[in-house]
Amino acid sequence: MTTYTATVTVRLKRGVLDPEAETTKRALERLGFELDALRFTERYEVDLDAADADEAEARADEMAERLLANPTIHDYEVAVAEA
Amino acid sequence: MIAVVQFGGSNCDRDAVRALSDLGFEAERVWHEDPLPEETTGIVLPGGFSYGDYLRGGAMAARSPIMKSVREAAEDGVPVLGVCNGAQIGCESGLTPGAFTTNASARFQCEHVYLRVENADTRWTAAYEEGEVIELPIAHGEGRFELDAERYEELEADDRILFRYCDAEGNVTDEANPNGSLGNVAGVLGDSESVAVLMPHPERASLPQLGNTDGRGVLAGFEG
Repeated sequence: MTTYTATVTVRLKRGVLDPEAETTKRALERLGFELDALRFTERYEVDLDAADADEAEARADEMAERLLANPTIHDYEVAVAEA
Repeated sequence: MIAVVQFGGSNCDRDAVRALSDLGFEAERVWHEDPLPEETTGIVLPGGFSYGDYLRGGAMAARSPIMKSVREAAEDGVPVLGVCNGAQIGCESGLTPGAFTTNASARFQCEHVYLRVENADTRWTAAYEEGEVIELPIAHGEGRFELDAERYEELEADDRILFRYCDAEGNVTDEANPNGSLGNVAGVLGDSESVAVLMPHPERASLPQLGNTDGRGVLAGFEG
């Protein structure tokens, strides 16, 4: 077994309004920054023991599918690296 | 007996029991770590902030063990009503379609709203006329209904939208939409007519002493 860190990034699907990101963008603009858009993602780092990277990725993928992301509004991606 | 499931952080469970009792139902709170009583004839997923709204409103409660029993009961035809946080739990658990997410205003909205009854041919809306306008309170930060376009069309085609936010005259407008919900949707049916969720609070508008009893008709849905 090897210890891996699976990084799960969850973001709203394209086209789904993100009021928190919009509010943050406006706050940055109030501070004088110029920007076109701002997107907000959530990142989870999961340490787990697995036989290989594929297994680690599959398990993290299921975690995202069943809890970390809501498939109705979110897309997610999983990246695995040895811890 | 109607089981009002109490999660850690639920705060509308007592209101639900009180309103249901006033309507003549036998109702009691059931702690989420306890099993559903065998004599359960109806289930309320009440409002509140279960698990502190960690991750997303309703996300944790939707994966708690009692929800397996709730799902099985729903499959057996036991009526299930999710209100506010209970509506988020319903959607997060897959009992009902869509998701309730951050209000377009990015603010917690606590106000009275008007709702147009879209489908009066369900147990939850039989007390109303189609097109009737009722007034209920809302109190939520994550109440914006979202669903992909294809499934939303199916929802409309299947007549599973119960209520839409509207103005006092029943016009469904952007101005009357408190949270940016897709199609001004405030409440929907699950796969079967016995399961429904809505963001507004019928139990807070069910006692004559509170000056508004428009919500009684929703709770009366437990009579079937």
